[in-house]
Amino acid sequence: MNRRKFLQLLGITGGAATAVSMGARKAVAASGARVEPDRNAVGVLHDSTLCIGCRRCEAACARVNNLPPPKDLGDAAVFDAKRRPEVDAYTVVNRYDRNAGKPIFRKMQCNHCLEPACASACFVRAFKKTPEGPVVYDPSLCVGCRYCMIACPFTIPAYDYHKVLNPLVHKCTLCAPRLAEGKLPGCVEICPTGALVFGKRTELLDLARERIRKTPGLYEDHIYGETEVGGTSWLYLSPVPHAELGQPELDTTSIPELTSGALGAVPMVAALWPVLLTGAYAISKRRDRIAAEEEAAAVAKAVSEAESKAAEELKKALAKAAKEKESALAKAAQEKDAAVAKALAEAEAKAAKTAATEAAAHEPDGKGER
Amino acid sequence: MQYPSVIRETLDSARNQAALWRSRLPSFKELLLSIPRTPANIVTAAILAMGALLTLLRFTLGIGGISNLDNVNPWGIWIGFDLLCGVALAAGGYTTSAACYLFGLKRYHGAVRPAITTAFLGYLFVVVALHYDVGQPWRLVYPIFVSQGTTSVLFEVGLCVFIYLCVLLVEWTPASLEWLGLKTIRSFVVKLTLPLTILGVILSTMHQSSLGALFLTSPGKLHPLWYSSFLPVFFFVSSMFAGMSMVLFEGGLAHRFLHHKMDEAHLHSSREIALGFAKASSFVMAGYLCMRLFDLAMNNNWAYLGTGYGLLYLVELLGFVALPMLLYAFGVREKRFGLIRAASLMAVLGIVLNRLNVCLIAFNWQLPADERYFPSIMEIGLSVFIVTMIITAYRIFAHFLPMLHEHPEYKDAH
Ligand code: SF4
Ligand code: SF4
Repeated sequence: MNRRKFLQLLGITGGAATAVSMGARKAVAASGARVEPDRNAVGVLHDSTLCIGCRRCEAACARVNNLPPPKDLGDAAVFDAKRRPEVDAYTVVNRYDRNAGKPIFRKMQCNHCLEPACASACFVRAFKKTPEGPVVYDPSLCVGCRYCMIACPFTIPAYDYHKVLNPLVHKCTLCAPRLAEGKLPGCVEICPTGALVFGKRTELLDLARERIRKTPGLYEDHIYGETEVGGTSWLYLSPVPHAELGQPELDTTSIPELTSGALGAVPMVAALWPVLLTGAYAISKRRDRIAAEEEAAAVAKAVSEAESKAAEELKKALAKAAKEKESALAKAAQEKDAAVAKALAEAEAKAAKTAATEAAAHEPDGKGER
Repeated sequence: MQYPSVIRETLDSARNQAALWRSRLPSFKELLLSIPRTPANIVTAAILAMGALLTLLRFTLGIGGISNLDNVNPWGIWIGFDLLCGVALAAGGYTTSAACYLFGLKRYHGAVRPAITTAFLGYLFVVVALHYDVGQPWRLVYPIFVSQGTTSVLFEVGLCVFIYLCVLLVEWTPASLEWLGLKTIRSFVVKLTLPLTILGVILSTMHQSSLGALFLTSPGKLHPLWYSSFLPVFFFVSSMFAGMSMVLFEGGLAHRFLHHKMDEAHLHSSREIALGFAKASSFVMAGYLCMRLFDLAMNNNWAYLGTGYGLLYLVELLGFVALPMLLYAFGVREKRFGLIRAASLMAVLGIVLNRLNVCLIAFNWQLPADERYFPSIMEIGLSVFIVTMIITAYRIFAHFLPMLHEHPEYKDAH
């Protein structure tokens, strides 16, 4: 083997190895297993101790997304009911009253999960997690099955139920188009109190930890979104347990991970069943064949038995018939002899009688001639 | 295969059929008018008319115009009943053909055709129902042909259902090919039986279990008594006895109403089949029951049994799984066919209850009552419409096609 050939071979095997490992990585990604978060991915921190519920973020969001401006701005009655993101409002602020102390306001929108349930659930890949952070939606693909809405652990996506021709899923985009232009998200830009901070997620985590550390007693010692469902780009600080702000208590396991096991079993099923079923078929075939053979053998035996029995009987019958014939012949012969003898005797007797009569007629007594 | 002859035969036959139909066509109106005006037929006609109206409303007002679906309850009975129950109850197709062709239970032969027909109709109308439920039904082919979301459980469901529908169509064609008199193609299709049956079992295993896996995404929304990492296994195992019970139940109905369409062979084998399927069902149900209880113990969910949801759970498991299981076993031992039939109805209802529990009743259980979903009257009407279409199609098939009897010219093993 010359050097060039050796190198070529190496190249081929190396290429194959890369292909295999790439395939493996793709499979891991496809099965939804954890992917390395981008160190530079951005996010937003919402600090509810600073939020005053002015709802300017709602107005700014509507403006940058060309949605109808929120009604009743500045009317506190809006907070009497809990609201959620809708097709024409990608973010809402809700008020949570406490027994003691000021009410708390919490902003609500898509959390831009690190491993988004919506993206893994969508069967046409309409949702995509971009390396920069936002989870974006391609309206040209969406079929409207609404599985993303079932899957989203925060129940964020909203659907155009009243549209006939082009109903779509709507949710916060983290202002991906504005980020691309180097601008801040609309809500962050407008926030007058600094309750919203935009930045790299890693830095936001540091900032949040620092706030918790520096002002002991002000915050719950928990950054909501740090680990929930594998982490989200939006992070939250709160003076009370987050569950009291309507934020669901979630496991650290990401949602895609929950379904990856089931999806991973697919190749197994596809590989195992044909083998097992063909086996079952072969066994049943064999069983059929054996049964058929046994049946054939049994039939043959029965037939031969029946035949020999029939032959015997025939023989017996023939013998019996022969005997009967013989005895019948003998009897007939006897009867014939007897009949002949009788006939002879009768004939003789008759002859004797006739002779006697004739003799009497020839008696020379003359009486008869007179 | 000799293609020319196939093509010639097909063309000839098509031409003959066309001529035949043309000669019959003028009387089509009379055919419609000749349908006996029995109460059942009148009700059917009324429901179909209502369905046409609902269809019009759905496609002019949008989903929101006729349903109670909203952003927290994105799936309603069109998914919970039409899709989940429809697919589970159509499982008779793969269970029966596997029993007959793969496990060598030849005596089940008479059940294969009705079961395949039901399965075919079931899946067909599942797809029809989906056209009402998704927002943009004209994009329903996207997951297969345009953009494949391979990380999605729903993608797997969609792909498997699509391929399986094709498989069922091919498996089902011998009946219609006999009717049309296409012998060469028919005998070719009959030769495909074994691979198609195996493919059918694979696809069914995948999508029956995946329907359960759909809800794996929602540990926070689905009640702990129903949420389990074994959901896919539960859905698959229950689909087996769902399918068999449906075959038994439907067999009972067909006996009652379509007796005159059955030949001796069919009538004779149906008793055998009833005993065999009832026995198999009771075994599978016992296994299923054990798994569910094991899961309950493993997740230590005993405390929930004392709640309202616990009661629902017990009704589902004891009333609609354990009870029909016992009835089946008893019915088989005593050869009481009425009992078996009653058990099959209960098992079918139990499957419906289970699917509705997972998808709707125990889903979003933590939400306040006013945010919970209850179907609108028009949603229910549409589901009734779909079921009626299935039954009507079945009756039409049973009327025209050699389904409950063998075609006189094709007595070979199909
Ligand atoms: S919050 Fe919901 S919609 Fe937003 S990225 Fe996460 S899963 Fe998707
Ligand atoms: S509704 Fe649209 S975006 Fe959501 S999962 Fe379905 S196809 Fe994907």
